[in-house]
Amino acid sequence: MNLVLPWAVSFALIALALGMVCAALRLLHGPAAHDRVLALDTLYVNGMLMILTLGIRFGSRVYFDIALLMALFGFVGSAAMAKFLLRGEVIEP
Amino acid sequence: MTPFEVPLWAALPAAALLVLGSLLALIGSAGLLRLPNFQARMHAPTMGNTLGLGCILMASMLVASGHGQRMVVQEILIVIFVVLTSPVTALLLMQASLYREKVERREADRH
Repeated sequence: MNLVLPWAVSFALIALALGMVCAALRLLHGPAAHDRVLALDTLYVNGMLMILTLGIRFGSRVYFDIALLMALFGFVGSAAMAKFLLRGEVIEP
Repeated sequence: MTPFEVPLWAALPAAALLVLGSLLALIGSAGLLRLPNFQARMHAPTMGNTLGLGCILMASMLVASGHGQRMVVQEILIVIFVVLTSPVTALLLMQASLYREKVERREADRH
């Protein structure tokens, strides 16, 4: 009876996959290194949104924990790479 | 419990928020692909990072609340974390791009 939510979930999955393709193309032929780091940042945020949408699709709370961990480690990776581009090393003595 | 057995008051706003959030994320990523220089590319995905993430997390909260017949608010954790950390990433990347452009210009002047 209630078919609007499955339709919206399918639409959201397709749109997020297209967004991930855009970010991956920028990651492959970004001119500079900071372009690639920015593309990787966008890629992990889109992947996190896709995991949350899959959580709605399957009705399980486990996907929320995966999304939280992706947010944590994605930020750590992006910040470490930006710090490396800025200073040449990640952890300074 | 089948996945889509949520009441109508939760399903309709959740579907609208899902479509809106995924469209915002798609527009942000397309801007990342299409815009001409780095300073313009910097601002495009922030729309998907903030408003798109907020919309999809709100939809997830609505669906989970409709399932369990009680409020589920753990998604606020992700919103707080991303809102705290995404400006830090943007600031570090902008500093790195300015520094590297300055170094490249100095190298070009020397030769």
